[in-house]
Amino acid sequence: MATILAVIEHRQGVIRDITFELLTLGRKLAEKNNAQLIGVLLGHDTQSLAESLRTHVHRLLVADHEVFSDFNGETYQQSLATIVKKESPFLTLVGNTAFGIDFAPSLATQLGFPFTTDCIGVEMVDGRIRVTRQLYDGKMDAHVQLAESTSYVLTVRSGICPAEQGGLSAEVEKIESPVVSQPDHKRFIEYIEAVVGDVDITKADVVVGVGRGIKEQANLPLVEDFAKAIGGVVACSRPIVDANWLPKDRQVGSSGKTVKPKLYIAIGISGAFQHIAGMKNSDTIIAINKDSNAPIFNEADYGIVDDLFKVLPALKNKILEIKK
Amino acid sequence: MDLIVCIKRVPQTAEAEVKIDASGKDIVRDRLTFDMNEADSYALEAAILLKEKFGGTITAISLGTADAEDTLRIALAKGADNAIRIKAEEFAQLDGFKTAALLKEVIKDITFDAIFTGCMATDDSYYQVGPVLAELLGVGHATLVSKVEVADGKAQVNRELEGGLIEHLEMSLPAVFAVQTGINEPRYASLIAIRRAAGKEIRVVGREEISIELKSNSTLEGLFLPPVGKRAEILSGSTDEISTKAATIIKEKGLI
Ligand SMILES: Cc1cc2nc3c(=O)[nH]c(=O)nc-3n(C[C@H](O)[C@H](O)[C@H](O)COP(=O)(O)OP(=O)(O)OC[C@H]3O[C@@H](n4cnc5c(N)ncnc54)[C@H](O)[C@@H]3O)c2cc1C
Ligand SMILES: Nc1ncnc2c1ncn2[C@@H]1O[C@H](COP(=O)(O)O)[C@@H](O)[C@H]1O
Repeated sequence: MATILAVIEHRQGVIRDITFELLTLGRKLAEKNNAQLIGVLLGHDTQSLAESLRTHVHRLLVADHEVFSDFNGETYQQSLATIVKKESPFLTLVGNTAFGIDFAPSLATQLGFPFTTDCIGVEMVDGRIRVTRQLYDGKMDAHVQLAESTSYVLTVRSGICPAEQGGLSAEVEKIESPVVSQPDHKRFIEYIEAVVGDVDITKADVVVGVGRGIKEQANLPLVEDFAKAIGGVVACSRPIVDANWLPKDRQVGSSGKTVKPKLYIAIGISGAFQHIAGMKNSDTIIAINKDSNAPIFNEADYGIVDDLFKVLPALKNKILEIKK
Repeated sequence: MDLIVCIKRVPQTAEAEVKIDASGKDIVRDRLTFDMNEADSYALEAAILLKEKFGGTITAISLGTADAEDTLRIALAKGADNAIRIKAEEFAQLDGFKTAALLKEVIKDITFDAIFTGCMATDDSYYQVGPVLAELLGVGHATLVSKVEVADGKAQVNRELEGGLIEHLEMSLPAVFAVQTGINEPRYASLIAIRRAAGKEIRVVGREEISIELKSNSTLEGLFLPPVGKRAEILSGSTDEISTKAATIIKEKGLI
């Protein structure tokens, strides 16, 4: 029977959310195409992890070995090359995450399979794969057809296929670990935890997020004054941290923090999906952006299409008036 | 150390109106501005910092049309020693894989200790050219690199994971590092350096110099505008009216 293989992503003993999204997508594709979904778990002391996966896959292959205690893209690539060759799935699914992008493109290249990355939609048409990808800062989508092959590799963006219950009951199939030591040229040393700063933006009721639209560091006090008036904390998009204008612990998004305040105000932030990932569950979102086509307006509840340098002082004054 | 930096010239679309052209497969480019891909300027700076420490040369390579040479000249002005442009106009259906394969064909004849790429180009968002290039060259790689320090022939490499967690690796050289934004402070090119770079020769590589048959993984069928999500209710009026509306909403939610 035809198979789809999904690579289980886990870190520090916890299965990552992307895994259940990937398994949901894989199961749907398998159902439509009369195929079976195989989960591949590479890890160490995997029993409880494996248990939580059984209902999501038709088969669960587990290689339990201490080489997988921590993540090493190279050991993953070499192990999966062996497993994919043996199982010959027509599709291998990997998350488009820090984990997946470190081995999936090179794995597909090693195996000589067509692949593409960061898919936001996957369809099978006549045994061929057609995906949807996002280009140009999220302002365009594209349909992309993969070259004809017997096997494909795709990485899938997180958040595009909400995880659902599985209802299956796979038995764990233990397999020999294809790799037993880390390669000399790439060795995992340690994880370094993010530094904790003075303000915890995840605890605030009102978060004022500032982005590249602020233009210069010298303009930041405008946002700080506004945040003070409304009683919120200042957070930001990645470029503000990249430029060292604010510390890393103020960054909202996939590579920063996830916030869920009562009110999130996005100021001069375009709304890249990596930013959205960190604030989309806020109760109310207000966006201020001069570009009416900015993707942030798809996520916000209220939008202000205007120059932030005009809006912020005016809105600050209104808020101070109301408070009085 | 001999270093290579892969640089892409990309349209700046974050604040621009982006439209589909008549072919349906590309965007209208004539009213957009172009610049070095954001992550690539950090990749270039990472290479310059290593060269300042250990000596050696930096070769900047771009697969692009003639205007990519403007971007390569910026790289020369900042600290690259050599520049190569691969003529993109002579190759059809470029995707991430074919791009990496073309870069490999040129790089395989150059000795290098490390290759720096960006982790992602903002136009096609492939996240793949660096690691695929590494695989094709038969060297190791790391993606989303947030630090590279070299001592005793080994590289101490940090990768940035979700939530700001860092993965620290030890790697041997040569290797490919696909760097994340924010890892250093890219320098500005001085006017004198820009003027000097204007006179430097850029090697141009065309179809006839590439000996192998290149395949691409994928074909772009067409572009379309992203489906509109839950659109925000846009507050309209003068700045004063808008501010009053927004403040009222905030008050009604009990937040002030
Ligand atoms: C692996 C990876 C992880 C990432 N993680 C994160 C993350 O955790 N968090 C994050 O935020 N990003 C992250 N990014 C970066 C992300 O892709 C975007 O580049 C970033 O979010 C863009 O930030 P921005 O919206 O501030 O800037 P831009 O995209 O440049 O947008 C600036 C906006 O300001 C508006 N503007 C300009 N001037 C004005 C004005 N006067 N008045 C009003 N509006 C104005 C513009 O119209 C534009 O929409 C990550 C990227 C990668 C590759
Ligand atoms: N046409 C190109 N010319 C030179 N380098 C490129 C090109 N395309 C991609 N790259 C490099 O590969 C990185 C990742 O790009 P991508 O995989 O397309 O997201 C970029 O940041 C560049 O360093």
